[in-house]
Amino acid sequence: MEGAMQADAKIRSESGTESGPRGPACSLRHFACEQNLLSRPDGSASFLQGVAEKSRERLIRNTCEAVVLGTLHPRTSITVVLQVISDAGSLLACCLNAACMALVDAGVPMRALFCGVTCALNSDGTLVLDPTAKQEKEARAILTFALDSVERKLLMSTTKGLYSDAEVPVWRWGEGQVPPSRT
Amino acid sequence: FSTCFRTVEPLEYYRRFLKENCRPDGRELGEFRTTTVNIGSISTADGSALVKLGNTTVICGIKAEFAAPPTDTPDKGYVVPNVDLPPLCSSRFRSGPPGEEAQVASQFIADVIENSQIIQKEDLCISPGKLSWVLYCDIICLDYDGNILDACTFALLAALKNVQLPEVTINEETGLAEVNLKKKSYLNIRTHPVATSFAVFDDTLLIVDPTGEEEHLATGTLTVVMDEEGKLCCLHKPGGSGLTGAKLQDCMSRAVTRHKEVKKLMDEVIKKKSSYVKCRQVWKGAFPER
Repeated sequence: MEGAMQADAKIRSESGTESGPRGPACSLRHFACEQNLLSRPDGSASFLQGVAEKSRERLIRNTCEAVVLGTLHPRTSITVVLQVISDAGSLLACCLNAACMALVDAGVPMRALFCGVTCALNSDGTLVLDPTAKQEKEARAILTFALDSVERKLLMSTTKGLYSDAEVPVWRWGEGQVPPSRT
Repeated sequence: FSTCFRTVEPLEYYRRFLKENCRPDGRELGEFRTTTVNIGSISTADGSALVKLGNTTVICGIKAEFAAPPTDTPDKGYVVPNVDLPPLCSSRFRSGPPGEEAQVASQFIADVIENSQIIQKEDLCISPGKLSWVLYCDIICLDYDGNILDACTFALLAALKNVQLPEVTINEETGLAEVNLKKKSYLNIRTHPVATSFAVFDDTLLIVDPTGEEEHLATGTLTVVMDEEGKLCCLHKPGGSGLTGAKLQDCMSRAVTRHKEVKKLMDEVIKKKSSYVKCRQVWKGAFPER
């Protein structure tokens, strides 16, 4: 039985509220998620061009493939269409979150949920989570990760810039350790 | 019988070897294939290198041309990489525009160049605002047997070390560039990024330098690009099975060792000036059990 499922999700991050400095550095900006907004989603493969977009597509696709239980839907195509409405920094992480929420909305069986998060490493060694576009430009390195919800393992990672592994504490998590909670 | 089993049940075939902590080609889990590098073989290019990682063969040719510098950074030149995976290297590629794998590899190499600052783009400027060098780095795969990213990074590095640019002066009266082909100088290579790729099997087992068959059976891949100070230029993990922090640490220490071996090989080949050097490195002991 062949079928094609398409789902959309929009994730809006408020772009007006982080012009000033945020409280603790490890906090995320406010985010909202709405599902099932569009009744007739369209395909968007034609909108994506260029080599950088292809690279991003592959990252998102491989992350989704790692969690979706494809064996329960043989001979099925699951198309995830992502439309960027506004880009205020941390775009790839936002796309990953949107893709996960869309898959949940579509009812696609998954092994785990995943979330995307971006970290910006400044020249003085401080780590800022969920950077704005301005903070991304000024940072020494930008690291984007996708973590799965069940085992807290690293599903996807892509980095830009030069840094040493001692500066990124996320890799110090051993098995069974819970990452520090963020208020 | 074993060849039939390998074709019919490749994953089970591999699992039997992995249980004994080795692989069908006799390597240990943390062992690289024989690495061979040859520089300066293309006489028409300004710099070239051929790298073989087992059967995977990649050639990089660099041509230097003139261009006007970008308007927003008039004191910088350009480095334009391009990875080509032609149909001749593997039956999985068709002729025509670059497929997804070639585009992803091109983007990866562009990121490595940008992140590692292997060349200071200011060194490529001849006259600010008027003339600068553009280095077209064409990386072509001649034989695809897995681990293309490591081979491409190494080929690019070796070719850049081989590039000799002639001296260019701008004639004040005519405003034209005068090239002195008799006076050539090497590029100033600031860092040496080396890529180490891993494949994840059955969500738990990590193997280094996967062959084509191993990449196909793997549940995930990871590429770590490190420079000599232990700084990471790129941690490329495009989805696939999850990894714990401890496993990532193992990968990083393996990448540090690999960097030393590759650096040694590079220095040897540069010293001997375009000679054929091979190295076979043995990694004693697989990844520690965690």
